Amino acid sequence: MTDPAKESKAPAPDAVTPQPVVMHENTPGNAAISSDSGLMARLKGVMAQPNDSTQKTLLVTVIMCLVCSVVVSAAAVVLRPTQEANAALDRKRNIVQVAGLLEEGGDVEAAFKNVNARIVNLDTGEYTDQFNDVGYDQYVAARDPNLSIELTKETDIAGIGRRAQYAEVYLIGSEENFEQIVLPVHGLGLWSTLYGFVSLESDLQTISGLKFYKHAETPGLGGEVDNPVWQGKWKGKLAFDEAGQLQVEVVKGVVDPASSTAAYQVDGLAGATLTSRGVSQLLRFWLDEQGFGGFLDKLKQREAS
Amino acid sequence: MNAHDREMAKKVVLDPLVDNNPITLQILGICSALAVTTTLAASLLMCLALTTVVMFSNASISMIRNHVPSSIRIIVQMTIIASLVIVVDQLLKAFAYDIAKTLSVFVGLIITNCIVLGRAEAFAMKNPPMISLLDGLGNGLGYSVILILVGATRELFGSGTLLGYTVMTSVNDGGMYYTNGLMLLPPSAFFIIGLMIWGIRSWKTAQVEKAEYEIRQSHHSEVI
Repeated sequence: MTDPAKESKAPAPDAVTPQPVVMHENTPGNAAISSDSGLMARLKGVMAQPNDSTQKTLLVTVIMCLVCSVVVSAAAVVLRPTQEANAALDRKRNIVQVAGLLEEGGDVEAAFKNVNARIVNLDTGEYTDQFNDVGYDQYVAARDPNLSIELTKETDIAGIGRRAQYAEVYLIGSEENFEQIVLPVHGLGLWSTLYGFVSLESDLQTISGLKFYKHAETPGLGGEVDNPVWQGKWKGKLAFDEAGQLQVEVVKGVVDPASSTAAYQVDGLAGATLTSRGVSQLLRFWLDEQGFGGFLDKLKQREAS
Repeated sequence: MNAHDREMAKKVVLDPLVDNNPITLQILGICSALAVTTTLAASLLMCLALTTVVMFSNASISMIRNHVPSSIRIIVQMTIIASLVIVVDQLLKAFAYDIAKTLSVFVGLIITNCIVLGRAEAFAMKNPPMISLLDGLGNGLGYSVILILVGATRELFGSGTLLGYTVMTSVNDGGMYYTNGLMLLPPSAFFIIGLMIWGIRSWKTAQVEKAEYEIRQSHHSEVI
């Protein structure tokens, strides 16, 4: 180990003279360097210094950082289009799956042709065209104070903190005469926020599917929200009763088929009470007035008239 | 490559599989072995990611080993490892999107995996690039062997499936097998790895560590 104090003094004359300073007589390659000139020669001179000299330490650090940052940014830039295409395709796949349009091994893009995406203002319940050209991401907007509202403790039963003012919904079939409507939902489970879609039949009362595409619940316990058998239990359940009251919920244990509320209830996941409760709460949030309630009411009125 | 080199290459690749396994002998990389082994597919991808990272980090650190100032050598090693991990993470997100989603943060946590830094410091800093690359391959494979065994056990008994294909139909899906919920939680990997270490040390007694103290028979006279 060389003494760092001695090293830090040594570079001073080096900065004035164009020639690299010979700090140690056994430094190799000095004869060749002194005949060279310019920046490269100086760098070579520094590289020829012993490893622990201050100058060489700094130079090695700078070179390493440059090389590493070029490698990392190149990978990020080159691969971004593929990654974004993957994410977009994944989203489309989930939309067509929740609506039951995708057969095993079917083509996602072909199935998605039948889907009409519209953006809804959740406060007024009306469609809006203002994002048609710019693109809109509900989950990015939820962090933007201009495009979202903060929820109070009482209303935030899904545990999401902020809610975006607009949301993208997907109409299966034509806009006027749709067969199903797919709504994005999200809310807190046990460990993570669950992101997914719920689809309703054209009566806007019957659930035709529920599926989560992103969560980090315990595999095998809360992670069973991905189990197709459990997802299948949602099909045909009623979200609202005849009076239009929100009734759907996930119960603890198994639904009693004899009970009068059985049509609104789904079995809880065994060993995952908090995840089940989270799913229940997030559905109740998004289908109620804080979520898509106003929009669904408008749609119902339009159908009735 | 002469006979001695070949012998050496064979040794650095094969030794870490059982005789000098990074997990069961050196007890390194346990955290990820607990976290990602709930399914076999996730374990496989994690093995691939780690093996790639440790191979290339070993090779690139070995290439610059003569120019690394010893005062900042750990920082240099970490920077190179971190860059490689980010590149691998980006590649997975681009080409294995679905499984990359299930691995989530654990690919990023390869940066803190003791095996990678351990091999860089213990081997790559002292040996030429080619043999360091092979050393990385060997240690990556040693890690993979354990992860695959743990992953297969946990998936089979925890969900009744292997690589997603049903082996034993679980009660949830209308079958006969009652899934073992413990297998899906991280502590089960502790038990499995512990049993493996016991098994390996019973088979290869050279791996048994010397006791740090001896248990003596106490005499009644001493107690009173």
